[in-house]
Amino acid sequence: MDKTRLRRLTGNGQQGTGDVSNHLVTIDDVDMRYGGPAGTLAVSGLSLHVDKGEFTAVVGPSGCGKSTLMKLVTGLHIPQQGVITVAGRQVTEPVSIVGMAFQNPTLLPWRTTLDNILLPLEIVQRHRRRLRANRAEYVERAEHLLETVGLKGFGDKYPWELSGGMQQRANLCRALIHEPDLLMLDEPFGALDAFTREELWCVIRDLHHETDVTIQLVTHDLREAVFLADRIFVMSARPGRIIETHAVPFERPRDLEVMYTPEFTDLVHELRGLIAAARTEQLEAAQ
Amino acid sequence: MSAEPTGADTASKPAEARRVEARQHGEAQRAAKRRPFPWVKAAPWLYTIALFAIWEGSVRLFTVPQYVLPAPTVILGAIIDYWPTIWTNSVQTLYTTVVGFLMAVAGGLALGLLVGWSRFIYAGLYPLMIGFNAIPKVAVVPILVIWFGIGDVPAILTAFLIAFFPIVVNVATGLATIEPEMEDVLRALGAKKLDVMLKVGIPRSMPYFFGSLKIAITLAFVGSVISETIAANAGLGHMMLAAQSQFNVPLVFAGLIMLAVEGIAMYALMAWIEKRTTGWAHRSGMAQGN
Ligand SMILES: Nc1ncnc2c1ncn2[C@@H]1O[C@H](COP(=O)(O)OP(=O)(O)OP(=O)(O)O)[C@@H](O)[C@H]1O
Ligand SMILES: [Mg+2]
Repeated sequence: MDKTRLRRLTGNGQQGTGDVSNHLVTIDDVDMRYGGPAGTLAVSGLSLHVDKGEFTAVVGPSGCGKSTLMKLVTGLHIPQQGVITVAGRQVTEPVSIVGMAFQNPTLLPWRTTLDNILLPLEIVQRHRRRLRANRAEYVERAEHLLETVGLKGFGDKYPWELSGGMQQRANLCRALIHEPDLLMLDEPFGALDAFTREELWCVIRDLHHETDVTIQLVTHDLREAVFLADRIFVMSARPGRIIETHAVPFERPRDLEVMYTPEFTDLVHELRGLIAAARTEQLEAAQ
Repeated sequence: MSAEPTGADTASKPAEARRVEARQHGEAQRAAKRRPFPWVKAAPWLYTIALFAIWEGSVRLFTVPQYVLPAPTVILGAIIDYWPTIWTNSVQTLYTTVVGFLMAVAGGLALGLLVGWSRFIYAGLYPLMIGFNAIPKVAVVPILVIWFGIGDVPAILTAFLIAFFPIVVNVATGLATIEPEMEDVLRALGAKKLDVMLKVGIPRSMPYFFGSLKIAITLAFVGSVISETIAANAGLGHMMLAAQSQFNVPLVFAGLIMLAVEGIAMYALMAWIEKRTTGWAHRSGMAQGN
């Protein structure tokens, strides 16, 4: 792939907004409670930071607040306590430098795949003003993204004409079209078959390699986390906080073969042990 | 298996086998040309004809008196005999129904969007609407007559009042069932409530809206005819009431048939509009609001 071109397509272009440190995201001692003062405490004492260009993964027992973490970083929820900053600014409302993709592709059935991918441009302030006059340029960008994820020529198909895996690819394109600095993925490959999943891992890996986008991935699949991430955050049971941060030592770019090395398996094993322990703790606390 | 012999096996096969193959090929082509009778498409007509035939047959067989149940041929005779009257009254009923229906479409769409827009409006209006819908519209007609006198207006308003509710409910349902994840994706990009409504909510509620038109138009006929039978000097309802008081039972039935014909025609029109405007909903398997 043409590196400089993709960098222009998806990279963040201007760096160094006066922020001395290299942190794109910092979460500092955050508490988030749903449904008023007597509601569910989803995360508590949550702290972490993500560097620019880094690929991090978040793993933890089910219901521990991983999706909540995603929504906090994107500004969809504002925490009751603690501070979250993204790109040096405290998050008090949705941050539009972020692209999001969930497990459910949520493509709009009345729009073609291409129009679905262009949707964020109709929303994000700095693009929506330019969209009408520069449509051809944006369409070209979308076509290029489609090609990157292996969907070349499917732009004029409707989402219901695509398979689940193809919809998820289109979903990724939609998350990337407005050139986000930060890509938040919440179990995006959860519903796919093993082969499609591995293929999309490689797509994401290459995308991260060729651009300077920062990616944070929530996943249940520990192999996925170890294969893709530079660092892995392990969360405790609800209320979630980070109980351990694991650096992944494997050289980049990684080949799928790395998953069959003993070091890889050991790391997966270790993570599995941590999460299992967090779950037992929770079950014991419940008794 | 392919009926087309390829070059290779033409050469290797005996002449007899080749002839058989050629014949089979020809037969297959003829069979494809002779299209089977489209039973499913013809079914509505066949069933309707059967219904009238059974009706006609039983009336004749059991010599049912005309003032109890006239035979279809007798009704047809009445339609021909009284055509000018039937025509003017049919047009009148169609007119009040369609005007009431169009008001219901405008009002129902507007209120549906409003109710779907804000939880506050929804919470406040929903019980009121349920209560209002529970009132039999027959009971409202006398009040409308007091306000507006006998004439078109009560019929139009009754049609409006009765057709209004399903449209509101359907539009509001379409808006209320936006996937939260879709909303999250848009809000994370800085979308305001209006953006979410324009890009997702309103297109999404359109299949529900167009689906509700079929119900609404049928109900609108009910409304206008109710009003016409209570207080009007024109319309099919009025005509049937007058015919009944003169024991002209064939004319009463002629009115019923005309109502059925108008109802089916308008329903078909709404179904066609629905299909034209929101075909994506059928093809994508999105739930229909009914
Ligand atoms: N909108 C909400 N209102 C109330 N409680 C919520 C809401 N969203 C999440 N919660 C609660 O907060 C906790 C954390 O939820 P969250 O969705 O972040 O978990 P998760 O780690 O993403 O789970 P999973 O791995 O199953 O996706 C859960 O106990 C859940 O019940
Ligand atoms: Mg989740």
